[in-house]
Amino acid sequence: MNMSPEYFSGPREADTLLRLRHRLGLAADAEGLLDVAYTTIDSPVGTLLLAATPKGLVRVAYDIEDHDRVLDTLAHRLSPRVLRAPKRLDATARELDEYFRGQRQAFGLRLDFSLSTGFRQLVQRHLPEIGYGQTRTYRQVAELVGNPKAVRAVGTACATNPLPVVVPCHRVLRADGTPGGYVGGPEAKTALLSLEAAGSPG
Amino acid sequence: MKQPFEKVVEQHGGAVLRVCRVLLGAHDAEDAWSETFLAAMRAYPDLPDDANAEAWLVTIAHRKAIDVLRARKRQPVPVGEVPESPTALGVPGDGDGDLWQAVAALPDKQRQAVAYHYVAGLAYAEIAEILGGTTDAARRAAADGVKNLRKNYPGATTEGAPS
Repeated sequence: MNMSPEYFSGPREADTLLRLRHRLGLAADAEGLLDVAYTTIDSPVGTLLLAATPKGLVRVAYDIEDHDRVLDTLAHRLSPRVLRAPKRLDATARELDEYFRGQRQAFGLRLDFSLSTGFRQLVQRHLPEIGYGQTRTYRQVAELVGNPKAVRAVGTACATNPLPVVVPCHRVLRADGTPGGYVGGPEAKTALLSLEAAGSPG
Repeated sequence: MKQPFEKVVEQHGGAVLRVCRVLLGAHDAEDAWSETFLAAMRAYPDLPDDANAEAWLVTIAHRKAIDVLRARKRQPVPVGEVPESPTALGVPGDGDGDLWQAVAALPDKQRQAVAYHYVAGLAYAEIAEILGGTTDAARRAAADGVKNLRKNYPGATTEGAPS
C-alpha cells in the first residue's frame, strides 16, 4: 500500500463522481448558476447534442458539427457556466423521440434564439410556419419573410440554424426540388424529409 | 477562451474529491466537493483564462474543508446508530482504514500539505499561497507529514507520487 494519489481514489470513485456531478447540476440550477445545460440523445440521424438556457432550447447540434466545438462556442458566446445536466432537456428529448417515431408533427418547446441575430433570426423564427411534411423553396421563404430578393440570405439563415430538426430548415429546398445543403449533412436532410413524407396526412 | 465548466469538472473532479477525502474523510468529503464546485461555478466567469484551474479549485476546497471542520467542532454530530466500523474515515469497502486514521491524526497543516502536494500534485509555491507562509514552510509541513505517516503507518510509501 502506498500513499500515491491512486490510493485515495477509493474503490467507488467513478460512481461517487457520477452521483456528485448529477447533484451539482441540480444544485447549480436551483442557485441560478446553470446558464447552459446540455445533454446528448441517440436519434436515427445520429447523436444529437441538446442545450438550453433558462429561457429555452438554444442549440441542437449534429455529430458532424463536432459536439466539443459546439460546447466551446456556447461557452464563448453565451456563458462558460456550461454543465451536462439532462433534466432541463427532458421535454425536448421526449418530443424529439416522439417526432422520430412519427408520433409528433409540431414541437411545443420554448426556444431561445440568442445564437442568431437580425435577418437570420427573423427567417429562423418563421420556419416553423412550414408545416410537417411540407416543403418550400428558398425563394418562397424569402417571400414569406417579406424580402423576396434575399434568396441567398435565406440560404445562409438555414445553414446557420442553431436549432435544426426543431426549427425545420430541412423543409426548405432548392428551386429544382433537390434537397440542397444541410447542417447535418445531406443524408440527414433526406432522412427527415422521408420520415415526414411517410407520416404526413396528405 | 474559457472552456465549458463541464470540462473543468471532468478534468479536476477526481483530484478534488481525493483532496477532500484526505482533508475530511470519505463522508464529509462529498459535501465539501459539492460546495467547492458550486462556489467555483459561481466564480468561474471571472477566473483569468491562464489561471491554474486545479490550484484554484484546491484553494476553494481548502476553505470549504475548514468550514466543515469548524462546524464539526461547534456541533458534534449526534449519533443515532452506533456505526459498525470503528472509524468514519475509511472508504467503505477499501479494507484498510489504518492509513486514513493515520492521515486524520496528522496536525492540520501537515495533512493539508500532504493532500495538496502528494494528492493534488501542486507545487510547494502554490501550496504556500493556500496555507500562508513560505514555500519552505510548505515543503517542511509535507515532509513532516510524510515522516509522521511512516511512523504511524509503516506501510506508507510515496512511490508514484510527485517528488
